[in-house]
Amino acid sequence: MDTTEKLKSRIAELEIELANEKSKNAAPVRQKIAQMSSEVVDSNPYSRLMALKRMGIVDNYEKIRELTVAVVGVGGVGSVTAEMLTRCGIGKLVLFDYDKVELANMNRLFFQPHQAGLSKVDAAAKTLQAINPDVEIETHNYNITTVDNFQHFMDTISKSSLKKGAVDLVLSCVDNFEARMAINTACNELNQKWFESGVSENAVSGHIQFIVPGESACFGCAPPLVVAANIDEKTLKRDGVCAASLPTTMGIVAGFLVQNTLKYLLNFGDTSFYLGYNAMLDFFPTMTLRPNPNCDDRYCRQRQQEYQAKPKDITVAKEEIDDTPLHEDNEWGISLIDETVPDIEDTSATVSSGVRQAYTLPARPADPEPEIVSTETSGPSLEELMAQMKSI
Amino acid sequence: MRQMRLFSSRDSGLVSELRLVIMVDESTRKTLSSIPLLSTKAGPRDKELWVNRLKEEYQALIKYVQNNKGSDNDWFRLESNKEGTRWFGKCWYMHNLLKYEFDVEFDIPVTYPTTAPEIALPELDGKTAKMYRGGKICLTDHFKPLWARNVPKFGIAHAMALGLGPWLAVEIPDLIEKGVISYKDRGDE
Ligand SMILES: [Zn+2]
Repeated sequence: MDTTEKLKSRIAELEIELANEKSKNAAPVRQKIAQMSSEVVDSNPYSRLMALKRMGIVDNYEKIRELTVAVVGVGGVGSVTAEMLTRCGIGKLVLFDYDKVELANMNRLFFQPHQAGLSKVDAAAKTLQAINPDVEIETHNYNITTVDNFQHFMDTISKSSLKKGAVDLVLSCVDNFEARMAINTACNELNQKWFESGVSENAVSGHIQFIVPGESACFGCAPPLVVAANIDEKTLKRDGVCAASLPTTMGIVAGFLVQNTLKYLLNFGDTSFYLGYNAMLDFFPTMTLRPNPNCDDRYCRQRQQEYQAKPKDITVAKEEIDDTPLHEDNEWGISLIDETVPDIEDTSATVSSGVRQAYTLPARPADPEPEIVSTETSGPSLEELMAQMKSI
Repeated sequence: MRQMRLFSSRDSGLVSELRLVIMVDESTRKTLSSIPLLSTKAGPRDKELWVNRLKEEYQALIKYVQNNKGSDNDWFRLESNKEGTRWFGKCWYMHNLLKYEFDVEFDIPVTYPTTAPEIALPELDGKTAKMYRGGKICLTDHFKPLWARNVPKFGIAHAMALGLGPWLAVEIPDLIEKGVISYKDRGDE
């Protein structure tokens, strides 16, 4: 039985090796912290954040522990966004994505090669939980744009806060128009405040946009805005590739997104309604976008009516800021049009200096609503048409 | 609160208009004009109206496929689940007298027809950079503006004609040449 003995000793060796490997992986875990403290000791992960309070920047930083943020899309921007919020001690994160981590993502931040193949939400949740166990993390691994998942997405947004109500803010970190429009539809319906974010496909511009249904333009109010990258279209080669990406641009956009999220949630500074980034010129246009009264989304129009019916509180400080011209240099040949003059039909694709609409739309009727379509009972039924299509 | 709006005199909407006109070539224009336009603006969340829209989708698709057959340019078949939310079928491309066939699939997004369906050829996923994850084809810069300008008149048939058709014509010969895809004799020819 020499072989049995040999095998036994080999097993013993392997067990020791395994134990060693296991101990390597077992990273030191920090215990949960019940109360944020401003005590400056090396074991307190919140001391520098709570210092914001001592310095008078934020009135009540601990409030962040009660807040819930949904992050839709956990890719180059969303993962970094989630990490920043986790490190800031956000109460709860709700993550949505249906993608897997791939080695092709490694030019971006956050995910690591050993996570390839895992679902992005699961991989992210694990890392985030290790960084800060105080944050509650909920994950949803599905595509929000399909009919089956969309209702669940809406329900989740409206019931997943720590108080079982609507989340405090939705952050869109998706990479496609369809998903942005799905979030827009949901948030208009639910009257949910959200931030849109994006990086251009050539990786050298990006933006964030704060959408307060009824108060600021929704994502569907106008064609998407693009920050002009100052690249001659003829020299921009798209052959052979869909999109480029840079960790820098994505990190900057995530930074803008979370900075404005914090300002809004913790009530300090001014929250930008639109903040663009042109990496080629290091140019950062900001502006306020008013909703389109003829927006295609009927919930957007409903929210606008509700907002107009509400009494406004106007702060004096805002007025002072708004009276100063936004751009000293007139590099783009801008002419200012004062909004107090009667509104002119805006046919220009250029919204602001360095920002334009991706495309223009034909003029639409003032009220696109009731398009009463005759239910064609005379023609073939849907089943007949389906059968006909199959038999061609 | 007084707001300022800024206008630039340089990049007017006219430029985008011109670009669009140039980018749709004559043959695509001809193909497009022969596909019936749709009129019901309804998505899969709009219960009864969606049925109307689906009927229009099928009518347009049937007409388009019949036209293709009539002009000896038959290149796809599609069918859907009974809710019309998930579509699947085949498309093929003739190259040097050989037929290269691929599975096609896509979901109808909740925001349809404001947003176009994202057509996918799953078996080519990872084989070309002109695709997004899941084998969704990468459309030209011109597709989205054109689609947006024609909501709700464009339907699935238009997405096939403007999106997948041109994509196959550019990408398949390239993929064959690179040896990424090769001819499979399916014995059905
Ligand atoms: Zn709107």
